[in-house]
Amino acid sequence: MTDEAVLSVADLTVTIGTRRGAARAVAGVDWSVRAGQTLALVGESGSGKSMSVLAATGLAPRAARVTGDVRLLGTDLATLSAARRRRMRGRHVGFVFQDPMTSLNPVLTVGRQIGEASEAHLGLTRRAARARAIEMLELVGIPSAAERVDAYPHQLSGGMRQRAVIAMALVCEPDLLIADEPTTALDVTTQAQIVELVADLQRRLGTAVVWISHDLGVVAGLADTVAVMYGGRIVEQGAVDAVFAEPAHPYTAALLAARPDPDANVTELVTIPGTPPSPLELPEGCAFWPRCSVRGDSRCERELPPLVPVAAGHQVRTFYPRQPTGEDR
Amino acid sequence: MTRFILRRLLQSGIVLLGVTLVVFLLLQLVPGDPVRVALGTRFDPETYEALRSRAGLDQPLPVQYASYVGQALTGDLGVSFRSGRPVTEIVLERLPATLSLAITAVVFALLVAFPLGVLSALRSGSVFDHAARVFSQFGVSVPDFWMGIMGILLFAGVLGWFPPSGYVALTEDPVGWASHVFLPAVTVGLVTASILTRFIRSSVLEVLAEDYVRTAEAKGLPTRVVVVRHVLRNALIPVVTVVAVQLASLLGGVIVIEVLFAWPGVGRLTYDAVQARDYPVLQGAILLVAALFLLVNLLVDLLYARLDPRIRVR
Ligand SMILES: Nc1ncnc2c1ncn2[C@@H]1O[C@H](COP(=O)(O)OP(=O)(O)OP(=O)(O)O)[C@@H](O)[C@H]1O
Ligand code: SF4
Ligand SMILES: [Mg+2]
Repeated sequence: MTDEAVLSVADLTVTIGTRRGAARAVAGVDWSVRAGQTLALVGESGSGKSMSVLAATGLAPRAARVTGDVRLLGTDLATLSAARRRRMRGRHVGFVFQDPMTSLNPVLTVGRQIGEASEAHLGLTRRAARARAIEMLELVGIPSAAERVDAYPHQLSGGMRQRAVIAMALVCEPDLLIADEPTTALDVTTQAQIVELVADLQRRLGTAVVWISHDLGVVAGLADTVAVMYGGRIVEQGAVDAVFAEPAHPYTAALLAARPDPDANVTELVTIPGTPPSPLELPEGCAFWPRCSVRGDSRCERELPPLVPVAAGHQVRTFYPRQPTGEDR
Repeated sequence: MTRFILRRLLQSGIVLLGVTLVVFLLLQLVPGDPVRVALGTRFDPETYEALRSRAGLDQPLPVQYASYVGQALTGDLGVSFRSGRPVTEIVLERLPATLSLAITAVVFALLVAFPLGVLSALRSGSVFDHAARVFSQFGVSVPDFWMGIMGILLFAGVLGWFPPSGYVALTEDPVGWASHVFLPAVTVGLVTASILTRFIRSSVLEVLAEDYVRTAEAKGLPTRVVVVRHVLRNALIPVVTVVAVQLASLLGGVIVIEVLFAWPGVGRLTYDAVQARDYPVLQGAILLVAALFLLVNLLVDLLYARLDPRIRVR
């Protein structure tokens, strides 16, 4: 209905003070997501995917220093008091975290945990919140919701728990759902069901979604836009189809090549040689340089490549973008 | 639930039986003849033999033990060598003093340790946190008798706010009881408070790092709700055990403190019984302490099952 982004971050930087020095987990990241759209954040472990969404929503650890502009529904979060920010978060943003076993409180019933956000933000009474929790459990496809509402997390299976977590995230009908590797802990069948569930809810409620994943297969089927992160920065960004069809960054290309082929023998997994840089000692130049197969010249090592457009809405951070295949120039 | 309690009571009975056996055997190893001690200077062979057979000490050991257990089951723990009074009576009349001191000390300790431990975890690294850690370090490293003596010197001697020692029954004179219990309870309680502060702090810190606390924060719940409903509900479960262990150990009587403050509790009784080689009383006191310990444990298990839904009472 509007072109306004639900959540947008600009020049987001997160520096975490550790015993061994300052770790720059996120360095100058820009992205945004619109209503009804899905943005996927992909990248290897430690590339700053989680930290960027946590920092954007005020959930970064206490030791983290966050700078940059974050706008949620057109409001600059920096201008709000901590209490207003907290209320915005609960009311307009829902979270689904990776591990459904540890992200639920073991001593409260799932119904209570689903309902409590609606008590806090929609002013529901405890009874009304319980009724709402039953509705939500039905919405996410949990059978006999009226009984399950009083179950404790340990009484539910992994897939059920993750459904309950999704119900929890959606209870206030947020404008934005942030899903941080929500299917990693689940088996393949359940994974597919959860992906389908979120896609379906998104269609019905028009929710914007930020989906963090390292499963490029899931991302390809689910996202509208994708941001590929490496060493705390975005190295490539654009419409999912364009980026996956014509990866312009050597890292994206390597990631796509390393994708397990469903037909191939799983043990023959291709991996990118080398390890990602430590956030404690990020290089001056291109962070991918030590592992890059292109590695043009010494400029790559000394200078940080800027994020430049290669096509409309498709940007890449490299001095040597890969040429679109099949096109001679 | 009822079955669980019955089974636990049965188990407790078996443990108590074991306790009587151990105590009985240990007392055989202690040098010295209790009857001789009891007679003191009035020693004459005839009375000596009479007393020995009246106490059953001329019987073989297994017989002595069996008759002790048999009588204990009817509530008869024998008679004191020293005073000739029934042991059950002697032991039970010491119970209120010990109970009231132990409970007051634990309540005091909780009143101090709970806010201290929780706040220092919530503000870890702050000046408050450091101060709380100095306090608990002080509490565990300073001997309690020294703290007791300092307390008497300051509050009873210099300031004169409290009597230096003695006991008044709570049922007789609540105000008198309170003024007498204050110094010993605070002395004992400070040590307990230090232990609890440390434990509560680390338990809260541990829970604060849990994913579900981040989930609660992600829901935008008010800080108070996050802390009380999500952090404390979980962090305090293990604290229950530590409080119970502390309480149970205080119920055993704090011998040094009871002697120092002339507090007529079970600890004092044990001390006197050892001095006088009054074996029946010593046995009775140990049995009582063991029974209290088991009772506290049972209550803790029941409380645990209430607090943590993952634990099923079977
Ligand atoms: N609490 C913390 N203290 C110090 N460093 C941290 C902390 N949390 C994260 N980091 C660092 O920040 C960087 C980014 O972490 P982040 O969790 O965002 O990675 P990620 O891309 O989500 O990885 P994964 O796929 O493993 O979840 C990592 O290098 C990590 O070591
Ligand atoms: S800038 Fe150079 S090193 Fe970095 S990805 Fe591009 S080609 Fe490779
Ligand atoms: Mg992550």
